[in-house]
Amino acid sequence: MKRAILDALTRSAARPMIRALDRGTGEEKLIDPFSDETPLGLAARAAARTDVSSEIEIDGRTWFLEVHNPPLELVLVGAVHIAQPLAQMARLAGYGVRVIDPRAAFATPARFPGVALDQGWPDEILGKSPLGSRSALVVLAHDPKIDDPALEAALASPAFYIGALGSKKTHAARLERLSDRGFDGPALARIRGPVGLAIGARSPAEIALSILAQMTQTLRT
Amino acid sequence: MNEELQTAAAWLAEGRKVALATVIQTWGSAPRPAGSQIVVRDDGAFLGSVSGGCVEGAVIEAALSTIADSKNRELEFGVTDAQAWNVGLACGGRIRIFVEPVEE
Repeated sequence: MKRAILDALTRSAARPMIRALDRGTGEEKLIDPFSDETPLGLAARAAARTDVSSEIEIDGRTWFLEVHNPPLELVLVGAVHIAQPLAQMARLAGYGVRVIDPRAAFATPARFPGVALDQGWPDEILGKSPLGSRSALVVLAHDPKIDDPALEAALASPAFYIGALGSKKTHAARLERLSDRGFDGPALARIRGPVGLAIGARSPAEIALSILAQMTQTLRT
Repeated sequence: MNEELQTAAAWLAEGRKVALATVIQTWGSAPRPAGSQIVVRDDGAFLGSVSGGCVEGAVIEAALSTIADSKNRELEFGVTDAQAWNVGLACGGRIRIFVEPVEE
């Protein structure tokens, strides 16, 4: 890899980039997959979308398309007990984690060492730094004043995973409120609730594990 | 950008020499998908993985040769490989790895 390519990848870390490599000649190109309309650029776009690196043949040449996507992001709304192990586990799985909670006693650095904390309202914060297609959002606050605006912001975004903590009854009530706010069936179906895979989780860490497992399943399958 | 390339940039900034090994293709049940990388420093320090740990030793050795002569290398590992008893993949898969210097 040429130093210039590495430096360019460093500079554009927030955008998807593809390195195309011809192993035969050693030639390499850096491709912006969302502006390059050549056959190689279009193949790079597909690789960025699926997040799968592979070799392809174009005009008789074989290129290895190496995907460099921006990091995954997890936004946790509600700095509650479950958010503590989930923030740590998600970091290990490669997510940049943000925790949002307007209640000052919850979102403290002592409870979330090394995690980006926002002591504000989720709709305002997500309005300023919106969720993207590599983002997941999980609401854990159990308070509709905090959770619902976050879910509305997530439903208006291309986030790949939206989860909401709560029993079936809580979730049904939540869906009814969101339905009254104008969200239709397909939109509401994006919300995973009760959140997490059914693995019989009991402790906060076990519930965090079931949520991260479901996020992974949604991302990769 | 992945942690391996971030580390490559940091090592280069310290004046070290660096090589990169990338999984290009896999067949059967390989533990790490295409695009997985290891970055190797001139003293043998490394970060990342290209398998479940079965072939990393051989890959690091090839990377050190690449740091020494600046030449690209290709490696293939699988159970049918002659080196199978030493560094083959116990999972029964096969992988192809490209090793290259990171330099001007």
